[in-house]
Order: sequence, then structure tokens, then C-alpha cells
Amino acid sequence: MLEEAGKAVHIAIKRQGSQATARLSGEFDLKAAPAVREQLDGLIDAGLQSIVVDLRGVPFLDSSGLGVLLGRYRRLSERGGTIYLLAAAEGSVRTVLEMSGVRQVMPLLTSESEVPRG
Amino acid sequence: MTQQFELRCPSRPENVGLCRVAVATFTANLGFTLAEIEEIKVAVSEAVSNVVVHAYPGGEGLIELRCEETDDGVAIAVRDEGVGIADVARARQASYSTDPERMGLGFTFMESFSDEFAVETSPGRGTRIDMVKRREAPAEGA
Repeated sequence: MLEEAGKAVHIAIKRQGSQATARLSGEFDLKAAPAVREQLDGLIDAGLQSIVVDLRGVPFLDSSGLGVLLGRYRRLSERGGTIYLLAAAEGSVRTVLEMSGVRQVMPLLTSESEVPRG
Repeated sequence: MTQQFELRCPSRPENVGLCRVAVATFTANLGFTLAEIEEIKVAVSEAVSNVVVHAYPGGEGLIELRCEETDDGVAIAVRDEGVGIADVARARQASYSTDPERMGLGFTFMESFSDEFAVETSPGRGTRIDMVKRREAPAEGA
């Protein structure tokens, strides 16, 4: 548990056509927020229309992380694109996502097979 | 003497995780379940993030975290000496935030994930968040 404190968020990006998958690992909180924001903004600025944010490797998410996701969704939706969230079916990250009501604006999925291919 | 600890640190983003892990370790030792600890971590993270983001505009100041074992759980206090919250009722509304990058869910998570919740704030003098979390399951050996 103590090891988690210093675990910086890591983002692996895979592009395929107009779609990108950003696989996050590490705790997604206030400290991690700027790095994730910068990476996702880079994808939006590059013209990608569909971004899958894979949170299955994220053991912790709070409203700072949620704010980054919602802000990026707003930017991308203004350009006609969308963000898909991938999260484990159970656990605190899923609980936080469900409680936030984020699924009312962004698709919240559990498996990559549910993501429409762009 | 009851089990307790106090942590004082500067209001920097990296200290959100420090406070969160300190409380997680403390509550694990008190016999909270993993699910309960996850909820406590979110609540503490929100309280401490609020201090980092809002309490000291343009600078940094003190975060004081106190945890104390109670008969059936833990009492957690997060205090700062910052600008205070001008309108607490509004700040506690879901989706209200002075920062467009934040969802305004901090207070919602703090309230939802604690059994008792209170805010004490004074403009220019700081804010104190008090949260109580009770154990659902009895502590081992109790």
C-alpha cells in the first residue's frame, strides 16, 4: 500500500486510424491530472475523433481525475468526437464513476470488444 | 491512549497521495475492510485536494491531517489556514466548482463515503473538514 504513494501515472497510447486508446496505470488524482490532461489534449489536437481511455490499470480515481476526463470529453465533443471509458466492472474506480453520473455523458464500458471501431 | 496520528505538510499535489496512503494504512490497522478503506481514501483525497487547489490561491500553506480511533471506527479531520470557503452551501452542491476542470463532486464524495461529515470555515482563517467512518465489520479479536 505504501508503494502506491509514489507511483506516477503512466500512459500508453495506441493509435489506429482516427481512434486512439490511452491505457492509464497508476493513481489518477490531483498529482497525475496535468500529465493525463496533456496527453489527451495532444490526441484531440492531433485530430483524433475517438479516444478510448482505459482505466482498468488505475487503482484509484477521484474527482480531480474525473474533471480531466470530463474536460477532455467537452473539448472532443465540440469537434464531433467522443471518449469511451473502459473500467473494471467492480471496485472503487467503478463506484466513483457510477456515482459521478459520468456515464450520462460518456459511454462507460467494461471490455474493449464493446468499443465501436472508428 | 487511543490510536492516533497527525500529519502536517505543505499544500502540494504530491501530498494528496501521502495523506491518502497514511490514512489507508492507519484504518487498515483498525480493522476496516478493503472496501471501506477505498471509500476513506476517496474522501480524504477530496478533502486534501480541496486544500491544495482552493485554500491558498497562488501559493501554498499548511495541510493538517488528524486521525483518531473511535469506539467503532475513525474520526478524520483535514484542516487548513487558507482563505476559507465563501459559500459552503453552494460548495456542497454537486457539480458546483469555481474551477471548470473540476466536477464539483468533492463534497459529494466526502459526504457519501463518510458516516458523519461537517465543514467549519471562516473567510480568511481557514477550513476544517471533519469526517467519521464507522466499521461495518467488527475488528479482529473484538
